Amino acid sequence: MKIGLFIPCYMNELYPGASMATLELLEKQGLEVEYPLEQTCCGQPMANTGCTKDMETLARRFVTLFKKYDYVVGPSGSCVSMVRNNYAQFLAGDPDFEALKVKTFEICEFLHDIIKPETFNVSFPYKVGLHNSCHSHRDAGLGAPSERNIPYFNKLEALLAKVDDIELVKLERVDECCGFGGTFAITESAISAFMGTDRINDHLKAGAEIITGADLSCLMHMDGLIRRQGKPLRIIHIVQILNGGDPHGTPRTRR
Amino acid sequence: MGHPELAAKFTQDVERTHWHDKALWFVREKRDRASKSVPEWEALRRMAQQIKTHTMANLDTYLETFEKNAKAKGIQVHWAKDAEEHNRITLQILNLHNAKKIVKSKSMLTEECHLNPYLEKHGIEVVDTDLGERIIQFRKEPPSHIVLPAIHLKKEDVSKTFHEHIGTEEGNNDPTYLTRAARAHLREKFLGADVGITGVNYAIADTGGVVVCTNEGNADLGATIPKVHIASMGIEKIIPRLEDLAVFTRLLARSATGQPITSYTSHFHGPVEGGEMHVIIVDNGRSPILGSEHYSQALNCIRCGACMNTCPVYRRSGGFSYEATIPGPIGSTLEPCKNLAKHKTLPYACSLCASCSNVCPIRIDLHHQLYFHRQDVVKAGLLDKKKERALGFAGWLFQHPKVLDFCGKMARKVVPFLPRWMMYTSMNAWGEHREMMDFPEKSFKELYVERQKRKQS
Repeated sequence: MKIGLFIPCYMNELYPGASMATLELLEKQGLEVEYPLEQTCCGQPMANTGCTKDMETLARRFVTLFKKYDYVVGPSGSCVSMVRNNYAQFLAGDPDFEALKVKTFEICEFLHDIIKPETFNVSFPYKVGLHNSCHSHRDAGLGAPSERNIPYFNKLEALLAKVDDIELVKLERVDECCGFGGTFAITESAISAFMGTDRINDHLKAGAEIITGADLSCLMHMDGLIRRQGKPLRIIHIVQILNGGDPHGTPRTRR
Repeated sequence: MGHPELAAKFTQDVERTHWHDKALWFVREKRDRASKSVPEWEALRRMAQQIKTHTMANLDTYLETFEKNAKAKGIQVHWAKDAEEHNRITLQILNLHNAKKIVKSKSMLTEECHLNPYLEKHGIEVVDTDLGERIIQFRKEPPSHIVLPAIHLKKEDVSKTFHEHIGTEEGNNDPTYLTRAARAHLREKFLGADVGITGVNYAIADTGGVVVCTNEGNADLGATIPKVHIASMGIEKIIPRLEDLAVFTRLLARSATGQPITSYTSHFHGPVEGGEMHVIIVDNGRSPILGSEHYSQALNCIRCGACMNTCPVYRRSGGFSYEATIPGPIGSTLEPCKNLAKHKTLPYACSLCASCSNVCPIRIDLHHQLYFHRQDVVKAGLLDKKKERALGFAGWLFQHPKVLDFCGKMARKVVPFLPRWMMYTSMNAWGEHREMMDFPEKSFKELYVERQKRKQS
């Protein structure tokens, strides 16, 4: 079984640590993982804005690069959901895409549903707030959305339950959007920042020291606000916790 | 101004923005409790979606059946292709009865048709009898929410307005006192009215009657005290059978306010004794939506407002920031369907969090619709040119990995050493509220290649 490692473009450039943790975590499960060097972006920024031409080109490019793998796994529910849900507009019925769609997974979902490890043999002795990012939670289906009347489940919580010494804090609003939203963060920057600040304050009020989640884009947005406002919080991608990493990104003082 | 500018203005009053957010979140939480008290909630949602979708697919038949059955009950049925025709028909009916004083219960359709200013221009007094509507009518404001029209106002604001218009004590902010004063004021208006106008929540094809849901009973007084009742409805308000109604009444109030049912669910199946009842069926831009590829489900909306209460953007930007009759997620898809150029910022007033699609009692794919509207904006050439060029460049870059790698490398070398004044300029929208990311020394790809080389050696 060969896994194609799908690293979102911004993670490749800005978060090599979390990207490497993804690779290591998969390898620790005894999996053969390959990172296709030609990969760039799944096309979400264009899709998000409505630029279909560029989006279609990038969608076709993605399918060509990844179709040969048994599974495609990436550390972002948002980008994975982009491939699974939004490519269909151009590629529905294309045999390569239809095959790829059902074997493309967000890494936590992949571990939870397919690999099912008993334990990760790691400890993370911190008070942690879980950010259920919208595309992971509602579009990729990693948890039961609070709006719905369906039996409760949360794949991220289920994996974190296998980590020693971790304490998950209880938030007031369990799955409210942080306001990142891709280009929304720029287009509607005032609302975006307001939403992010409200999320951060919910985590702080709940006593969190660290915010984690399956989408670094949301965490990156909140981190920018945390550091601007000098709040005592840090962010870490969930794969880094599962891979035995330490919290990083100590609050930086303003230059 | 578009939504981003108006939203930014709204958030400048931080305390009030928090208050607005919390007031609506309180309603969302009530709705959560109410919906979770119904074990078959999700099945009800699916059933409602199926009934509506079926009805919309056979709309012509159901509308004609409704007309036939309504006429048999002595109701006069009128057809209006647009707002102008709706208003003209209304005025004709009023003139026929020499009516000068009108009481009107809550109706987003008459809001959409701008009926009040039209009638006022013709010397007719229109009194909105829904408490929230009356408050904003005094203030000459449009509703900021479709179910809670005065949700943008605090009780202090209401007290001041009532003091100015109906002479309540200055500074008395007691809600019970204010509501009693409004009740007394409205009672006079009901008793003196020549004609009552109501909206319609459901028109039942099989019975030829209409159903109006309110919490204040104001539609009942308006429709029964005067001898003439005019009910205005959009073509999409039709449901096939009386049995179908229960599906919607179980969903509507729970979704809207978290109540099991509205205080009044009133059936009007004919004129009052010796009076007249009219139903005006209005299209006003709905037919094209019905025939559209991506947006037809939007016509299934039952106007519960749950998408507004849950929308994290609406809660923090207020209804007026949408500059539309219907704000929030459902308005952001309906309004661009009718006038894309005017409402081009609305599809982007959304982080695509999908809470609306999950809260919607009719399972309307709201966030997908906003996603597709963005494609329409680009196709129509309405996207900001700077943004289009930037994304075009990014799109090109993403097809040229070597150039992309080079640009990334340069950025990682340069950005960490830029002084603050060069980094945080007005060009940097990210940095307006946030610190920039820490740029690492190497990209993952560089680390990966080095790691592969080490493995091979």
